[in-house]
Amino acid sequence: MEFISQHPVLVVSIVKIAVLLFVVMTALAYLTWLERKVIAHIQARWGPYYVGAHGLLQPLADGLKFLFKEDVTPPVSDRLVYTLAPFLALSLALTAIALIPFGPPSVTVLGQPVLVVANINIGFLFLFAITSMGVYGVALAGWSSNSKYPLMGGLRSSAQMISYEVSLTISVVGVLLLAGTLNFNDLIAGQSGYYLHFIPRWHIFPQIIGFLCYLTAAIAETNRIPFDLPEAETELVAGFHTEYSSFKFAMFFMAEYANMITVSCLATILFLGGWLSPFPDSWKWQLFLPGVGLVALGIYCLVDTVTTMRGIARLQFAVVTLLCLGGGLLVLAPAAASLHGAAPWIATVNAGIQGVFWFTTKILAILFFYIWMRGTLPRFRYDQLMSFGWKLLLPVSLANLVVTSAVVLYFMMKGPG
Amino acid sequence: MIVPVSYYLVLSAILFGLGVVAFVFKRNVITVFMSIELMLNAVNLAFVAFARAHNQLDGLVFVFFVIVVAAAEAAVGLAIIIMLARNRESLNVERVNLLKF
Amino acid sequence: MNLPFILFFVFALLAVAGAVMLILAREPIHSALALILVMISLAVIYLLLGAEFIAAVQIIVYAGAVMVLFVFVIMLLNMGLEERTDFSKLAKYAGMPLGFVLLLEIAHWMFHSQIGAAIANGPEPATAFSTVELSKQLFRPYLLPFEATSILILIAILGALVLARKEE
Repeated sequence: MEFISQHPVLVVSIVKIAVLLFVVMTALAYLTWLERKVIAHIQARWGPYYVGAHGLLQPLADGLKFLFKEDVTPPVSDRLVYTLAPFLALSLALTAIALIPFGPPSVTVLGQPVLVVANINIGFLFLFAITSMGVYGVALAGWSSNSKYPLMGGLRSSAQMISYEVSLTISVVGVLLLAGTLNFNDLIAGQSGYYLHFIPRWHIFPQIIGFLCYLTAAIAETNRIPFDLPEAETELVAGFHTEYSSFKFAMFFMAEYANMITVSCLATILFLGGWLSPFPDSWKWQLFLPGVGLVALGIYCLVDTVTTMRGIARLQFAVVTLLCLGGGLLVLAPAAASLHGAAPWIATVNAGIQGVFWFTTKILAILFFYIWMRGTLPRFRYDQLMSFGWKLLLPVSLANLVVTSAVVLYFMMKGPG
Repeated sequence: MIVPVSYYLVLSAILFGLGVVAFVFKRNVITVFMSIELMLNAVNLAFVAFARAHNQLDGLVFVFFVIVVAAAEAAVGLAIIIMLARNRESLNVERVNLLKF
Repeated sequence: MNLPFILFFVFALLAVAGAVMLILAREPIHSALALILVMISLAVIYLLLGAEFIAAVQIIVYAGAVMVLFVFVIMLLNMGLEERTDFSKLAKYAGMPLGFVLLLEIAHWMFHSQIGAAIANGPEPATAFSTVELSKQLFRPYLLPFEATSILILIAILGALVLARKEE
């Protein structure tokens, strides 16, 4: 107890890191479930349905499969580099998530803000530093596999990543000019307030071109369709991770989804207002949205359990129903209490829940867009991809930057008021 | 107790010395080039340490320029190395001896 | 023995270990990985010195772009030379101890001289270097070198493109 009160930073940080790691791993697993379900429904089929009710235990089955598969190591040229590459990819992808604020910094435990693991003054630059190191995982994996397909896939994939990294960075500078800070919490705080009292002052409205450039560059950076030629099955077997099996492949897989989550979080923070709610603060009914949403989900699950589920799936889905309903009621309580003037800690808990709810909703919207693109669009050919990145996306981002800086300069010269 | 600036300078000297050793004794052209980058990094560390000691930003500005110049130099140097490898079929420094006395 | 000291010694040791691995590695790709380790440790040391922007620029530009270039070139020109760094006997048995003695003398001077002490042991400033101030320096007094480096980069891009093109 003494130790905890004397070293609050250390203890709270360790707890935050452990919780975030657990949450991120679960989120990764269920992101794969979401992707398979959404793509399946786009393609007019069901997706995972049998392993657990509605396929909800499919990620667990996949994880166990990866753990128990035989770890085949082909005659690689360089064992150290071959083993290092997936570890590097996964650790970089997970480190990037530590910088993201999931909610308001006012939610504190023992004086430390709990909804962000590391609030750095140049947080944004550091996130880009980490993503620019992500090229190594791909390049080293492709080269050390001692085989043609991984080499081609690795080189193409890393060339694609470094090309689109330039456009990614430049398309965001417009937002930084508007916000004037590199700190994530200040970026989000600068997006509070409303135009015309009900349109939120998010950066997506003045920077819509920047947002579209960022989203395109982010999809290319994470090697997703329509930019995934280097790892498409019909083209290069599996690209740079062809020769990897079981756990190392799982690490690349997780690194790819973690990168997706990271760029979605970054898009949310920069353009969509982070954990801010889109409704003005005076609309008090919005405090009940998380709870009502969870309860509605619980009711849908209840109806499904009673009518269509059979056998063990019925049992599993009944558990899910109870969890949703219980969670919904648990979340409604602080919201209702804070409206009728309760203790300040309840207000903080409520603020935290609201912040996390809006952040998660926005991330899910962007991830849904990612998965939607995967199910819908064909892929670019490699030369089309590279010419798109250098000849179209980069000039458009630069033009966006020039116009934004001209407008900001004009308003600065005009003076305040 | 803070870390005195002289500790950083000693580290910079050690790294610079190791860079010189690598430059003199290695035979692969690319490794020689990497030792040049190591020397530039050691110098950057000395600049940042002095910027902290005098509490002025000019050291950091110089570090920024050194990093940019090193990047440009690496690009052109590696292009030259690629041409060398294509024409001489070897990356050995001792084979680049057409202008030797 | 508080946290800055421990961090400094750990990352200084990592940097020196990386530099030694650069010298002793047999494959060029291992030397490249060792150099990346050196650059990342130096970035952490810059953070310890309060230069946050320079640490980020070091990772983005040096470790994330220049070294990627090195790694690509090593991969593409896969003429991995079996590196036997052939130290001559004189260098090994006389040169290295003498070099070490020289280093000790320089370190002694740095730790004990009067000129060095005033600079070296001054009070610790309270805050890190501000990125806003640094960018103001870059765009006002140092604007000319800034624009000159952008032209330098343009020249480097053109030079690299021309040099590395295949003869057709």
